[in-house]
Amino acid sequence: MEVQQFYYDNKIVKKFLYATLFWGIIGMLVGLLLALMFLFPNITDGISFLSFGRLRPLHTNAVIFAFVGNAIFAGVYYSTQRLLKARMFSDFLSKFNFWGWQAIIVAAAITLPLGYSTSKEYAELEWPIDIAIALVWVAFGWNLIGTMVKRRQRHLYVALWFYLATFVTVAVLHIFNSLELPVSALKSYSVYAGVQDALVQWWYGHNAVAFFLTTPFLGLMYYFVPKAANRPVYSYRLSIVHFWSLIFIYIWAGPHHLLYSTLPDWAQNLGVAFSVMLIAPSWGGMINGLLTLRGAWDKVRTDPTLKFMVVAITGYGMATFEGPMLSLKNVNAIAHFSDWIIAHVHVGALAWNGFLAFGMIYWMVPKMFKTRLHSVPMANFHFWIGTLGIILYALPMYVAGFTQALMWKDFNPDGSLVYGNFLETVIEIMPMYWMRAIGGSLYIVGFIVMLYNIVVTVRSGSKVEDELAEAPALTRVSKKRTAGETYHTWLERKPIKLTIFATIAILIGGIVQIVPTILVKSNIPTITSVKPYTPLELEGRDLYIREGCVGCHSQMVRPFRSEVERYGEYAKAGEFVYDHPFLWGSKRTGPDLLRIGGKYSDSWHLNHMYDPQSTSSGSIMPAYQWMVRNEHDRSGIQGKMEAMVSLGVPYTEEEIANAATSMEEQSIQIEENLYADPDFVKSYEADKKYAAENGLEFVEMRDREIVSLIAYLQRLGTDIKVKQTDELLSENK
Amino acid sequence: MEGIATYPMISLLIFFVFFAILFWWVFTASKEHIKEVSEIPLEDNQPKQ
Repeated sequence: MEVQQFYYDNKIVKKFLYATLFWGIIGMLVGLLLALMFLFPNITDGISFLSFGRLRPLHTNAVIFAFVGNAIFAGVYYSTQRLLKARMFSDFLSKFNFWGWQAIIVAAAITLPLGYSTSKEYAELEWPIDIAIALVWVAFGWNLIGTMVKRRQRHLYVALWFYLATFVTVAVLHIFNSLELPVSALKSYSVYAGVQDALVQWWYGHNAVAFFLTTPFLGLMYYFVPKAANRPVYSYRLSIVHFWSLIFIYIWAGPHHLLYSTLPDWAQNLGVAFSVMLIAPSWGGMINGLLTLRGAWDKVRTDPTLKFMVVAITGYGMATFEGPMLSLKNVNAIAHFSDWIIAHVHVGALAWNGFLAFGMIYWMVPKMFKTRLHSVPMANFHFWIGTLGIILYALPMYVAGFTQALMWKDFNPDGSLVYGNFLETVIEIMPMYWMRAIGGSLYIVGFIVMLYNIVVTVRSGSKVEDELAEAPALTRVSKKRTAGETYHTWLERKPIKLTIFATIAILIGGIVQIVPTILVKSNIPTITSVKPYTPLELEGRDLYIREGCVGCHSQMVRPFRSEVERYGEYAKAGEFVYDHPFLWGSKRTGPDLLRIGGKYSDSWHLNHMYDPQSTSSGSIMPAYQWMVRNEHDRSGIQGKMEAMVSLGVPYTEEEIANAATSMEEQSIQIEENLYADPDFVKSYEADKKYAAENGLEFVEMRDREIVSLIAYLQRLGTDIKVKQTDELLSENK
Repeated sequence: MEGIATYPMISLLIFFVFFAILFWWVFTASKEHIKEVSEIPLEDNQPKQ
């Protein structure tokens, strides 16, 4: 059979590697800034685009999509070509993938700090960028599958199935979760509301973890660990079993983010059951990865790549045991909303994703630049300081999580809360936040050492050239050859069919959980007293979304005595039917706000937003002075209300036509309420006088952003009034 | 909605049948084939000088 010569595209791999390193340091530094803001909440006060709520999604998006994303592409492009013995299908698609992805990241870096956000976790980017993501992702998949079709290696090695499953599933997740109705160039509303939005969001969110942070990295593990250890994978049979069970089971785990929320019980229980089952396939991956090093353990002692990979895989095993444990309702009752979840996330992210990426980088760079790593001692130092950093990040966060959660639940014998003031629980864990910041800093120091090491290595190496390779083309499959072939070996050489089967596997869980939640009305019992937001409140809600308040404040009171005592009546599904998007939140850095309406005066809210420490001593909330000063552009309200009507919110035509008047009335009322505070009156009137005397423009209080926000906050949770009756207020049939 | 319970039943059946066949294959695959595909990443496709 004639041997063909061709070139592997190394230049595209180099580009993705550089991007991984560049965005990695940026994303992690934003994380460190956030960690410092816990300790020094006022460091960026007054600078809206550097406020915590807006930067938090920048950090998550940067480390997930920019750092991990580019690392995935670097490793996938390198390994795919060599596993298939073919150059990438299309150089144009490779470049489009690269430049398109970087453009999306830049768009995120600009829009997120400016407050253009959907508020949905790991999907905060607004609709035009969502479209760009879909296009670039399709280009990636097309390139990947096209390479498989023109391959010279008949059998698709296990890593490639993981890449295929990643491509297919991320596409499905992204498209369905990002279904949103635009109201302007950079603003949209989720087509889903309340409970359904929560379910779709966490079907997406958990599977972003599964199919962006896990499956591609398992694929990379299956290539780079054997390469680095020069040993074949421990058990190919195990890889087949754990691949299919992983992709099938993972999809169903989403509801474990919604335990004790108003998601119907049947959906919660499915999430719990499947999350626990997930231990098996996850550990199958861990076992395969670690046992591949059988007979090569002495190499781990000297090779930094293998050191990073061992800790990465071990961290994967830890996180995939912890995750299912956190999915048990009794454990979740303690962990949810606390820093335990942050610890869990960062063990997975720093150990599994970070360390595997580092191991891959240390292995690939010397190879591609045809040189040796500049300094193995430096790489070893990176390993040790990084490991220490992970430990100093996670352990304090575990302690913070347990401490705060137990304080939230502590009762006096007379039935009152021991720590009635939420702030007491925050102040108690400040030392843990200090240690976390130190741990994160150590991890970053390691990263910087790697950057230096890699830069010097690159400088001492040769220019990256495409690599010459040769292999015979595939022959037509003859009858003689297929004798004795079993079904899976047949499937392994049919990439299209493999893709289709994987797609079916991942769709099942989503359909079973999501379709009934949308179609079966009794899953979300109607509450007649719940009405849509007024126009002013809707505008205020959009400010809440813009500032990323959902990053620190939840709106989901769980049916626990401790929560009812602290926050008021627990949440009911029917309260959220008009919430496009839902704002349940997933972390309580600050208290839950579901029933904040009517608890504090309008003046209190004004003072609190202007200077949180003035009303709440020891608070770590940053100040939002610009909201108290800035005029609020409410001119888009009718478009917003019309969009809501398309999504099923029952605004009447009259209400829409009347929006401006309604907003004026409600905002004037709030302005009048603010006059109850004599200090406010003094400074407001003084400002007004100063502006008048100096011919400066003056924005009336009623027209300012803070008034819209106050309107929204004062509405929260007030639609239902719980009375002592025998009347059944809601029922799950 | 009547008959909504058939969806989970169908998915359970798909799940069960699929994995039953998968396990059958995994236990009956030839050792030679397994060895061959395990070694794919270790193959060197450099041109012979």
